[in-house]
Amino acid sequence: MTTLLIKGGRVVDSFSNFDGQADLLIKDGVIEALEKGLKPPSGSETIDAQDLIVMPGLIDMHVHLRDPGYEYKEDIITGSRAAAAGGFTAIAAMANTDPVCDNPTTIHYVLERAGNAAVNVYPIGALTKGLEGKEMAELGRMKNAGAIAFSDDGRPVVNGTIMRNAMQYAAGLDALVIAHEEDLDLAAKGMMHEGSVSSVLGLRGIPASSEEAMLARDLMLLKTTGARLHIAHVSTAGSVQLIRRAKAEGLTVTAEVTPHHLLLTDRAVKNSGYNTNTKVKPPLRSEQDRQALWEGLLDGTIDAIASDHAPHHTDDKDVEFDFAPFGIAGLETTLPLLLDELFSGRIKGLTLSLLVDKMSTAPARILGLNGGALQPGSAADVTIVDPKRSFIVNPETWHSKSRNTPFAGRQLSGAPVWTIVGGSVVMKEGVIAEQE
Amino acid sequence: MQTLRRKDILGLEEMSAEEITLILETARSMREIMQRKIKKVPTLRGRTVLNLFYEPSTRTKASFELAQKYMSADSVSVAGTSSSLVKGETLKDTVRNVEVMGIECVIMRHPVSGSAYYLARNVEASVINAGDGMHEHPTQGLLDMFTILDKKGRLEELKVTIVGDIRHSRVARSNIWGLQKMGAEVVVSGPPTLMPPDLEAFGIKYCPCLEDAVDGADVVMALRLQKERQEGGLFPTLREYAEIYGLTSQSIAKAKDDLLIMHPGPINRGVEISSELADSNRSVVLEQVTGGVAIRMALLYLLMGGVKEE
Amino acid sequence: MALTHKATVMDEKGIMQALRRIAHEIIEHNKGIDDVVLVGIRSRGVPLAKRLQAHLNEIEGISIPLGILDITLYRDDLTERQDQPQVHTTDVPFALDKKHVVLVDDVLYTGRTIRAAMDALIDLGRPATIQLAVLVDRGHRELPIRADYIGKNVPTSSSERVDVKLNEIDESDQVDILEQ
Repeated sequence: MTTLLIKGGRVVDSFSNFDGQADLLIKDGVIEALEKGLKPPSGSETIDAQDLIVMPGLIDMHVHLRDPGYEYKEDIITGSRAAAAGGFTAIAAMANTDPVCDNPTTIHYVLERAGNAAVNVYPIGALTKGLEGKEMAELGRMKNAGAIAFSDDGRPVVNGTIMRNAMQYAAGLDALVIAHEEDLDLAAKGMMHEGSVSSVLGLRGIPASSEEAMLARDLMLLKTTGARLHIAHVSTAGSVQLIRRAKAEGLTVTAEVTPHHLLLTDRAVKNSGYNTNTKVKPPLRSEQDRQALWEGLLDGTIDAIASDHAPHHTDDKDVEFDFAPFGIAGLETTLPLLLDELFSGRIKGLTLSLLVDKMSTAPARILGLNGGALQPGSAADVTIVDPKRSFIVNPETWHSKSRNTPFAGRQLSGAPVWTIVGGSVVMKEGVIAEQE
Repeated sequence: MQTLRRKDILGLEEMSAEEITLILETARSMREIMQRKIKKVPTLRGRTVLNLFYEPSTRTKASFELAQKYMSADSVSVAGTSSSLVKGETLKDTVRNVEVMGIECVIMRHPVSGSAYYLARNVEASVINAGDGMHEHPTQGLLDMFTILDKKGRLEELKVTIVGDIRHSRVARSNIWGLQKMGAEVVVSGPPTLMPPDLEAFGIKYCPCLEDAVDGADVVMALRLQKERQEGGLFPTLREYAEIYGLTSQSIAKAKDDLLIMHPGPINRGVEISSELADSNRSVVLEQVTGGVAIRMALLYLLMGGVKEE
Repeated sequence: MALTHKATVMDEKGIMQALRRIAHEIIEHNKGIDDVVLVGIRSRGVPLAKRLQAHLNEIEGISIPLGILDITLYRDDLTERQDQPQVHTTDVPFALDKKHVVLVDDVLYTGRTIRAAMDALIDLGRPATIQLAVLVDRGHRELPIRADYIGKNVPTSSSERVDVKLNEIDESDQVDILEQ
């Protein structure tokens, strides 16, 4: 392992509330020092970070890698390269694969493939067998095999007793449960957010209550189970309110929001003429919901930003609206979209330090990872951003196999240029290193 | 305005009052042709139209086919099957065929909202939406306006009450947009479970009590009630619906004396409209059929009659 | 391209005299007007036909039927024109069968309008004869068509335009030649 000196950058470390000019020295995969005016030790490589922003490696705690089973949409390697290109040094992979990641063997498979990945890949195990919501999966054995959290994401656990038992059991293992909050009967095969836009477009609506009702149930369950519960992709004002109240009551709940829910509303479905790349679950909500999500993010109700990277093959999405699968691929746009919001000044109160917290420090804390900080001794996972780099989102240039984004054509300012994982450079000046 | 400067007819929401006026005026000229002994003009000789129906339809399809014959266009009709189980290949492959067959205009009915947009985006041919899911059915909306205009001499400042399953109705949506653009006032009535959420988006008034909704109305339009809605738990029984929301001489008592009664058909007699009203001289259900052909002839002329602007 | 006035070839009086002469010719040619009907081609053929109807009524004391023909749907240039012509209603509220139909138009030029008008007429019925009355024949025929009754022959070059103004539409009665 080489020694690496990142020199002259603006270092933003929300873990230690540091924001200022400093040099960062990396040795043997860990951070050795963060100081001003460090001299490059002999034999070290130097990255000139003048005018760049140096931050702890970003962690995307909600990603679908489709591997095993749907490798035509994405696989662990392409997904990890997409992550590196998007400035992430670690990603957590959801369990809705084929076979479902509900057993230690599949956890082992993911970890083995992850050995060749560009970034750290952490498998999330299924909460119930086959994601069927009927029987608890082997949470303990999967945890021992390396599962970082448990979730049936993509589906809710419909049966309250099973959810209650799973949360209670997970608490005994000190395991994190990630909940996909959706009452399927209320969602009623909807295609988009229920509201004025769905009415005009004649698309069946998914009411906000379909998320809020299930979330309320799980928060009630949390009171007695004592689990660590994380709420995936919060999308409504009512959900933000429920989580805010639960946190005030001292419940051990955390929550994430996606960039598309922060940036788009249901009007995107109409404005794009029923573009299936705006079809996602939970659906793009109303402007009022979008505002509430920003409020929740800024006041700490929502802890983290996650992409919910849901890659699909172009053929799957190039169909009539009802027939297209839900999902937006976000690994390569999440950070630039948020940097653009930040630098544009559109969001009052959004700071670089807050963004780094939501995308690095908080996910590390929630998942219990050694990361999210630029302190001596932490893992040498570093993301370097060029705030001046401006580009147009073009999915044709992606490392992901997928192209499904509603943001194509958007002009953005601010992009990751270096991604360093465990002291190794995986993206150098915007270019992903080829696999050896 | 004398030319329709658009490639496709996808919905009335996106059309202007001027465009609608042009279509209605052109249709009036077309209706004269239908009264001739020889119902044919050579206008679209050698031009090809594809009728693509992914949903069963007798009236709309027959109406389009007649319009094509009267205009001398060559047409092909294809009944597609569409199901989410036949994993989405059908429409996309059809699009490719349309492109190589040199078809200039595609008429499509499809069960999925927005599919007309999908088609229009992917083919150079003009697309006429003959009904897409619950979204719009613009030619039905136009023919309804044509009928009203014919009977009342105007659309401005008329009060039109639409009764029934607005939520799932593409006919209602097209009429709501079109009528309002032409200056009519639209009021809707029916059970709240059959109303679209956030009704204000349409700029219309909802009046749950039918008797009040038709108070002073010039036109009342009853929508067809689909039996599946009962199975979906949106209302209890057909007989309850008929009693509370069915058009009868009692329930429309407060409407104007020269009230026009319309229905896009086919009627469930005794449910949406009492038999007595459906057969009365206030009912223009049959006139709606002739207007339909004239409207479709007008659209074929306006979309295909000139040179495509580059 | 701006057009400039070159000459006025007919004034109000000239038009009136020409139409009266045509009325006499129609009567003479058809040996009376019992089975004669008039069909004006939109737009300026319509007021001309109405004037002919009045002249005939004045001379013979009977008002013969008058129809209006819109030939838009019969044009042969629809696929070549950028400006799509608006369709108007054809209104021929009488049977054409066995009638002597006098088609009326303002200017006879290439003959294509008359070709379209004849096709349209034949779709409406089977007349005994179709005759053509025009206010101005400017030459340059592209089809084997000739007029039976001509108000005035006006030799023109094809770069010129014959501009007919009629009171009913244009608030003056005049025929001008315009040139580039």
